[in-house]
Formats: sequence, C-alpha cells, structure tokens
Amino acid sequence: MDKMVPYPSGAIVPERDVDKRPVLETHHLGIDFGGLTAVDEFSLTVGKTEIAGLIGPNGAGKTTVFNLITNVYQPTRGTIMLNGKSTAGKNTSQVNRMGIARTFQNIRLFSNMSVLDNVKVGLHNSIKEGFFASVTHLLGYKKAEKIADARALELLDFFSMADLAEETAGSLPYGAQRRLEIVRALATNPSIILLDEPAAGMNPSETAELMENIRRIRDTFNIAVMLIEHDMNLVMNICEGICVLDHGKIIAKGTPDEIKSNPKVIEAYLGKKKEKEADGNA
Amino acid sequence: MTLISNLINGISLGSVYAIIALGYTMVYGIAKMLNFAQGDVIMVGAYISYICTTSLGVPALISILISMAVCTILGIMIEGLAYRPLRKASSLAVLITAIGVSYFLQNAALIIWGSTPRAFTSVVPFKSISLFDGQLTITPESLVTIAACVVIMVFLTLFTKKGKMGKAMRAVSEDKDAALLMGINTNRTISMTFAIGSALAAIAGVLLCSAYPVLIPTTGSMPGIKAFTAAVFGGIGSIPGAMIGGILLGIIEIFGRAYISTQLSDAIVFSVLIIVLLVKPTGLLGKKITEKV
Amino acid sequence: MSIASKYKGLSKYARTNIKTYGLVIILFAVLYPLSNAGLVSYSITGQLVPICTYIVMAISLNLTVGILGELSLGHAGFMSIGAFTGAILSASLQDKVGSDPVILLLAIIAGGILAGIAGCLIGIPVLRLSGDYLAIVTLAFGEIIKNIINCLYVGIDSKGLHINMKDAASLGMKGGRIILNGPQGAVGITKIASFTAGFILILFTLFIVINLIYSRSGRAITAIRDNRIAAESVGISITKYKLIAFITSAALAGMAGALYALNFSAVAAEKFNFNTSILILVFVVLGGMGNIFGTIIATALLYMLPELLRDVGDFRMLIYAILLIAVMLLTNSSKAKLILENAKLKLRSIFRKNNDGEVGSNG
Repeated sequence: MDKMVPYPSGAIVPERDVDKRPVLETHHLGIDFGGLTAVDEFSLTVGKTEIAGLIGPNGAGKTTVFNLITNVYQPTRGTIMLNGKSTAGKNTSQVNRMGIARTFQNIRLFSNMSVLDNVKVGLHNSIKEGFFASVTHLLGYKKAEKIADARALELLDFFSMADLAEETAGSLPYGAQRRLEIVRALATNPSIILLDEPAAGMNPSETAELMENIRRIRDTFNIAVMLIEHDMNLVMNICEGICVLDHGKIIAKGTPDEIKSNPKVIEAYLGKKKEKEADGNA
Repeated sequence: MTLISNLINGISLGSVYAIIALGYTMVYGIAKMLNFAQGDVIMVGAYISYICTTSLGVPALISILISMAVCTILGIMIEGLAYRPLRKASSLAVLITAIGVSYFLQNAALIIWGSTPRAFTSVVPFKSISLFDGQLTITPESLVTIAACVVIMVFLTLFTKKGKMGKAMRAVSEDKDAALLMGINTNRTISMTFAIGSALAAIAGVLLCSAYPVLIPTTGSMPGIKAFTAAVFGGIGSIPGAMIGGILLGIIEIFGRAYISTQLSDAIVFSVLIIVLLVKPTGLLGKKITEKV
Repeated sequence: MSIASKYKGLSKYARTNIKTYGLVIILFAVLYPLSNAGLVSYSITGQLVPICTYIVMAISLNLTVGILGELSLGHAGFMSIGAFTGAILSASLQDKVGSDPVILLLAIIAGGILAGIAGCLIGIPVLRLSGDYLAIVTLAFGEIIKNIINCLYVGIDSKGLHINMKDAASLGMKGGRIILNGPQGAVGITKIASFTAGFILILFTLFIVINLIYSRSGRAITAIRDNRIAAESVGISITKYKLIAFITSAALAGMAGALYALNFSAVAAEKFNFNTSILILVFVVLGGMGNIFGTIIATALLYMLPELLRDVGDFRMLIYAILLIAVMLLTNSSKAKLILENAKLKLRSIFRKNNDGEVGSNG
C-alpha cells in the first residue's frame, strides 16, 4: 500500500476547502417529459462523507434523479446545490468540474482506449497540458503526462487494476469494467460520486468486494457516495442514509433500520405483487 | 406578374426536388442510409425515356412507364447487390458504397450514351398558357410537375397509412428487429422501399428534363444533392417534411436567382438550409431524438 | 533482442511514428531521385505534388472523421479557401519577395490560417449538430464556398488588390493583372510548388496529427467519439474539443490547398466541389478510420489507380467504381467477414499441423 498517496494527494488532488454544509442538496426537484411527471418534489441532502442509497422499484425514476443531479436533463422545477453553489444553467461537463462524478447503469467506457487512457481522460481537468503542448509534445508535455500516468496508476492500484493498465477497456471482464468506471469517475476529483447500480451483474463475492471498495473510497478520498442499487443486502449494509423513490416521489427517508420497518416501503415493494395478482384474477 | 410566374416556377422546380426527396426520405426512414445513388437513378430514368421516345418511337406516356419499370428493377438490384450485404455494417461503409454505386451509374451511362448532351423533348404535349394578355406565361411542364407531385404525395401518404406494405414499412422504420420478430419480412420491405424510391426518381427525371432539357450522365448529381438537402431541410424520414422541404427549396432557389443573384443561387439555398438546421437541428418536421442515458 | 521484438516493445505512439514517418521518407527517397533522373513517366511526375496534397487532405480529414467521429462532406471547401488564399498571396508577393520557397511557405501558412478561421466560423454554430445533419451542413458549406469563389474577381495593380463580385471589367484596374477571374478561378499562377515542399508538408501534418492523437487533447477528442455522454460526465467540454479537431483539420486542409494551387498555372473553384470532398472521404474510409498509416497508402494507391487504368480508356472510372464497391463489400459485409475468418482459421490449422509434423519427425 505504500504506493497509494494518502488523501489529500500531493500529486494532483488539491486540498479541498469543505465547510460544514452538506455536499449535495436538492430542493423540490422535478422534471416533466411531455406532460408526464417523471420525478417530483425530490428534496434530499447528502452529508459530505455520507454513503447514501437511492432505492425503489423499477421505473421509479432513480436514474432520472442522477440525470437531473448531473444536468444531463435540465430540471423543470427545483434547485440543486453542490457545496453551497447552485448548478442551475450548467452543463454536464461543468457540473462534473464543480465536483459531481458518476457511473452509468449500462457501462459507458471509452471501450477502444486502453484502461490507463480511460483513467487519464478522467484526469483531463487536472492535467496541465495545453493545445500547443499537445501538438508539439514539448512545452511541459512530458512532465504533464508523467504526472498523469503516475496518478492514473495510483488510482488503478487502489482497485488492484494496475496490471490491467495496457489492456483495451472494452476487452475487460464485466466486473472489471464496472470498477474501471468508478476509477475514471474518481479521477475527476469529485466531492460526491454517484454510482448507478454498481453491483448489477456481480456475483456475491464480487459484491462483497465492491462493498468494501465503496467504504474505502469514502474513507480514503473523504467524499460522499450516493448509489442506486437493487441489492438490498448491499444497501442495508453500507448506506448510512437511504431514500426510497416510487413513481417519481420520495416515499421514505431514513436510516437502514427505519427503512426496513417502514410500511410504505414494504407496500411499494410488495404491494405491487398483490396488484399484479389482482389483475391476473380479474 | 413576374412574382407569380417566379412563384409557379419555384413550386414546379420544388416539386421535382420533392419527388426525389420523397425517395431519399423513405429510404432513410427505413434503411437508415443516405442513398447517394438516388440522383443518378434520375439520370437513368431520363435516358430511358429519351431513348424510348426518340429511338423507338414509343409514345411519351408509355416511355415514362417503361422508364419507371427499368428504374424500379435497377433500384431493387442496387439494394440487393450493394446495400443488403452491408445491413449490419457502419453507416459510413454504406455511404461509401452508395457513392461507389453513384460513380458506377454515371460512368456506365457515359459509356452507353456518351458525353454529348442530349436535347430532351418534353413529354408534356400541351402548349404554354398565356394569361393577362401575355404578361403571365405558365409552361405546361410546371403545371404537370406540380400535379404529379400532389398525386404522388397523396398516394404515398395513403399507402404508408393504410396499405399492409405501408404499415410494414412504418414498422421496419420504427424498429427493424421488433418488426422482424412480428413476422415482417424486413428484406422484402426494404426492397419495396427502394423500388418505390427509384420509380419516383424515374418520374422526377422525366419531369426535370422536360423543364430543363439537357441530358448528360451527370444530370442527376446536382438535383440529387439538392433533393437530399430538401429531405434534411424538411426533417429526414418524414414524408410531408420532404414535400415541404422540396417545394421551399425550389421557391428559394428561383427567388434567389430572380431577385438576388443568378450565380449565387446555390449559395443562397445552402445558406438557408444551414440557418434552418441551426434553429431547428432536426429539420422542419423532424422528430427530436433524445439519447437515453 | 531482435529488432522485431524491440519494435513490439515500443509504445503505440513510437510505433505509429516509426511506421508512418518511415513510409513517407522511404517513398520520398525512392521517388525523388527517380523523378529527377527522369526515370518515372511524365504522367506520374506530374501527379507527385497532387498526391502529396491529397495525402495531407486525407490525413486531416481522418482527424475529423476517424478521430473525432463526425462525418464531413465539405472538406474540399477548406482546401479551396487555402488554394485561393495561396494563389492571391503568391501573386501579390511575386514582385516584392525574391525567393520562391519563401513565397510558397507564406502562401501555405496564410492558406492554413484562413481555412482555420473558416473552420472556426463554421464550426462554432454547426458542431452542435451531429451525424447526418452535420454531414449535410458541411456539404452545404463546401458548396457555398465554391459558389462564392465562382463569383469572385480579384486583380492586382500598382495600387494594390481590387476585389469585386460582378465581373473582371468592374475591377477598375489600371494595367496590372487579374488573379481570380470568376468561374475560371485563379489564373496566371507561377508554379512554385515542388515535390520536396509536398514531402515537408506531409511530415508537418503527420507531426501535428499524430502528436495530437497521443496527447491530452487527443484523448479528449477520442473520448467524445467513443462515448459522448461519458466524456461529458468526466468534465470534458464537448464543444471545445470538437472545435479543436475541426479547426486543426480545416487549417491543414487549407495548407494542402495552397500547395495544390501553386502547382498549376490555373485552378478553378469547380475543382474543389462535392466530388472532391467525397474522393478524400473514400481515401479515409478505405485507409481505415483513425488509421494514419493506412490513409497514406490508400490515398497513394487510389489516386494512382485511375492513372494505372488509363489503358482501358473510358472504362477506367467504371472499373474504379466497381473496385470501390467490391472493396467495401469485402471488408464490411458480415458474410465476407465470416468467410475471411474461416479461411484464416483453416490456414492457421494447416500451418499448425505442419509444425506439429515437424516436431514429431524431429522427436
């Protein structure tokens, strides 16, 4: 572990000035798609080193919430505050530079590029290399690339992926692709990372490793994690706060124990089944 | 009066563009490819009709039917030989192949018919109509072209809305794989689309050359590009869009030529296109596509 | 260590450099003395500079199409801007600057700058579009440029440059001479381009493009091509990097255009039409998207192909078209791919059997 640079890293990651505010706040967030309300009245705060879970039945609007927070969709209503600053009017790329990173439900890697280059794309905004350095490979190019390589390898090593650095990203096994997406997101030096179904398609041992990794991310990088997940075991085990979404609205917020015993949540998950049975009988 | 006469000329030229654009847009909607050879099918259509009337002495109307038949077969052959094997290839590969087909048709025409321009005789047997003591002259070609365009438009709309084949076409353009699972023969549907597009190109060729009677192997190139522009202008994939796009493009071209500059008319047409696309990135009637994240 | 294994051990950047620069330098080293000694037929010597310019055009278009992943159908438009800028500049400097290479250099730089500015002006609004819509706008742009230059009259006399869009007579010149004569294009150009200049321009283009690909900016551009949404999510400004790729590509095309124009005594705007844009696109696609080495080979071969087919007369372009379709079908159809794959496997198994046999007999 001596290769790991402890946070804050001396290489690239600057010491972040985090005050006592929550890292992410949303107020009455909502979006309509052609008259259809997909998400409504979504108000949530995530603490600066909290692991938060966003759960709910399929089609509840969880990914839409992520797309709203990252401004992939511009919200119809409501505000989003990151470290006390509004993200209104910013595009996805600017929102990332403000400190929100994410992964995707259906993996979106740069599949033709090497694993190392994927991470270096994540490091893009912390590499000091202008256009002229790029085209001449002079003017600080060598130094910038050297630092970027070192930092990328360091991040990969954190997930025991340093030996895969030269592989093509698209050729990695599924689990490794999911991990690489997390590494790439972390490389952007975020205050909060949003993970969209990080355990999807993983076997129990991989899921256990992932849980460990999520805790390590929070502890090492000192950032908040917000995740969408269907694996209740994972959610109940690592999340400190959980938010339950159904039909685009928050139906419960609280600690894992509170959520487990909330009748509304049970209804949202199990009530569906009764309805379906009723339909079948009719 | 010149305003009205220009307007009629514009709509007439636009109708030709619209007929070609309909072919482009249908093929694009279904096969998701830009069939660059469409313009050259126009040229082939015009040549066939020319040969029929001048060398074989066939009546004009029958020559159009023959020309449509030949172009239909040509369209089906092009699709089957050149495009069908590439159904799963990248769109760029298909585009380059289409360009290859376009070169092929042009050069085959050059070898068969030579590079000497042929003076096309109009297929419309009527005399020009003179109104307001000769102040306004309307050529019969423009009236026939406009009428043909309207008829084709109505026919295609009914065909895609009501007919079984038309429904299959719409299904394939929505989702090729789902259509296949529903028992639709996608290959046959795509062939059919090319057949219709090519038959339309034949009509367009004859009408175009009746109005502008110079026939050379590259006759179809520029109208082909313009019609393609018209299809995008109206929103590619949309039948009414192709119609509106074509007619507007024709009017802009004729008006630009008459009131701004003869030499700059193409620049004006393309500038308008750029402006429209910047304001409405999917064309006038195109559907907005949002990428799912 | 053998040379082959040493080569394999190098980084991809180093390998690309060795391969592409090596190819260009070898070709030059072979062709230059041959053409000087008059051992190459005249039809080929006359094509050396155009081939160089088309190689530069194809490499620069590959930056837009292969690396950025956006289809451009108006690349000849930028070439055109460079060509006429170069022609006008060289005509104006003819009497002031004594050295032809200096004039050529200045003309190429000016052509690049003006085409780059045009790329920027067209790119800022247009790069918001993508796919077929971007393609059609670039096509439209190419046609507009052609159309405008077709109406442009430029002349020079003792008072300096005269520009006009009506006709040559209304330039109102006293003596002097006409540089740009409407549809006839640039006339009376002093031919100052040379094969060596073309060779140097190719090296320069390779330097810019290959370095760009293997850099921070290049990674950003490739990332946008591979997955725009993911690129945005890691904080890459889409517009900025699309624009960088587009402007670089346009500027290089402008330089090629200037070199091209100064190789002929007259060049018309019609030369840089849609068909030329398409021709360059064909080079890029057959050479391989994003593959610079392949692009150079494809351009050289395909450019010479009609020359080599000259014996078959009228049929040469027909054969060219058939070859183009055949190559596309062979390299892209799923059936052909399957057949090729099977053939490869079979060959390999035969090869392996033979090897096994040898081992057996040795043992």
